[in-house]
Amino acid sequence: MQHLIDILDLTTAELDALIAKANDIIEHPADYAEKCRGKKLATLFYEPSTRTRLSFEAAMYELGGNVLGFSEAQSSSAAKGESVADTAKIISCYADIIAMRHYKEGAPMVAAMNASVPVINAGDGGHNHPTQTLTDLLTISREKGRLSDLTVGFCGDLKFGRTVHSLLNAMRRYENVRFVLISPEELRIPDYLRQELIKEGVEFTETQSLEAAMPGLDILYMTRVQRERFFNEADYIRLKDSYVLTPEKLAGAPADMAILHPLPRVNEISVRVDGDPRACYFKQALYGKYIRMALILKLLNIE
Amino acid sequence: MVITPINNGIVIDHITAGKAMVLYDILKLSELDCAVAIIMNVDSVKMGKKDIIKIDKVFDLNFDAVGYIDPGATVNIIRDGRLDKRRHLGLPETVTGVIACRNPRCITSTEQELPQVFRLTDREKRIYRCIYCESKAKNH
Repeated sequence: MQHLIDILDLTTAELDALIAKANDIIEHPADYAEKCRGKKLATLFYEPSTRTRLSFEAAMYELGGNVLGFSEAQSSSAAKGESVADTAKIISCYADIIAMRHYKEGAPMVAAMNASVPVINAGDGGHNHPTQTLTDLLTISREKGRLSDLTVGFCGDLKFGRTVHSLLNAMRRYENVRFVLISPEELRIPDYLRQELIKEGVEFTETQSLEAAMPGLDILYMTRVQRERFFNEADYIRLKDSYVLTPEKLAGAPADMAILHPLPRVNEISVRVDGDPRACYFKQALYGKYIRMALILKLLNIE
Repeated sequence: MVITPINNGIVIDHITAGKAMVLYDILKLSELDCAVAIIMNVDSVKMGKKDIIKIDKVFDLNFDAVGYIDPGATVNIIRDGRLDKRRHLGLPETVTGVIACRNPRCITSTEQELPQVFRLTDREKRIYRCIYCESKAKNH
């Protein structure tokens, strides 16, 4: 039995197979409409989420399966003090597969250690969010036709952004991938991650200028620069607009660059960019459903 | 100073000078109902100075804990006055029940019955990380 707790639980061959499966689902949705007939997905969401939970549920429904679960800890037995381990054992009696989001880091791993059905980490605090990374990989693969030979720019909060760390970890395993890390000084990637990139000989540059980096990028992955991450208000005010993507800043970008964002967006991408053909963030949300369908099939061993 | 030999027990030798008390605490040797001798700052040909712990009983020692605190230490099991087994420890791949995760966002902070397990992620720099949240352990 396989779980998905960390994106590194999957080999690149497994990632490629999942992407191929998701592409096949997109091409032939009717072939998959009954694949999970009689199967149940439990969505155990201890903290609120819109996209992730609904995309999991939509994924299971489109596979012909059913969904049960809860969307906040208050409506579960966690409110009575039940441990994650016990909940995982109980839910294993009722569902064939579990998707868990929890505010505590490592909770889905504890669930996986105790469940008798596959567990998917649907986000554990600021730690891991592997299905977002799968979504990002499918989007990049569909937009660019490959996951190797790419220059990927990450912009914004690279220090605390779990989606950034996870996508960096997944993509550095592919051939000839270069990273351009665009952030204010305060929000550069953590040192341990920088050391790992250096140790593995991954090509990367760090810059503070989004405009300067733009012309060389195949992918621009935007994240939000949050006020609470700054030590002082003056620095935040000075920097916040540098990392807001506008049509003017996009003027220097390649015509085939793809703009990704894990969403929710607040103001880091101007709504005036939404109509640009390079804006892929809403498509990305759609792809999230397809890759989760592929993942559910894989973990349930359904062809 | 004379410490008499033991007939049945455990001798933790080649402890880095000054670390015997850390091991004493981590291994909870104060909870044993037998004699425990802590010998500190002994002259050593190899190490210059070293510590030694002698325990007058064979019990289920957490070898991983000893290796984590002091990978150069050796553990000798003495039975009937003779050396029965010697183990050179080195850094263990995992340590259980020795380090507590300090990350307040870790699941172990609220579910305290979970075993505290840390995995060696960088042998060169001796970095251990919590298996649940991957936070770095503070070095002893």
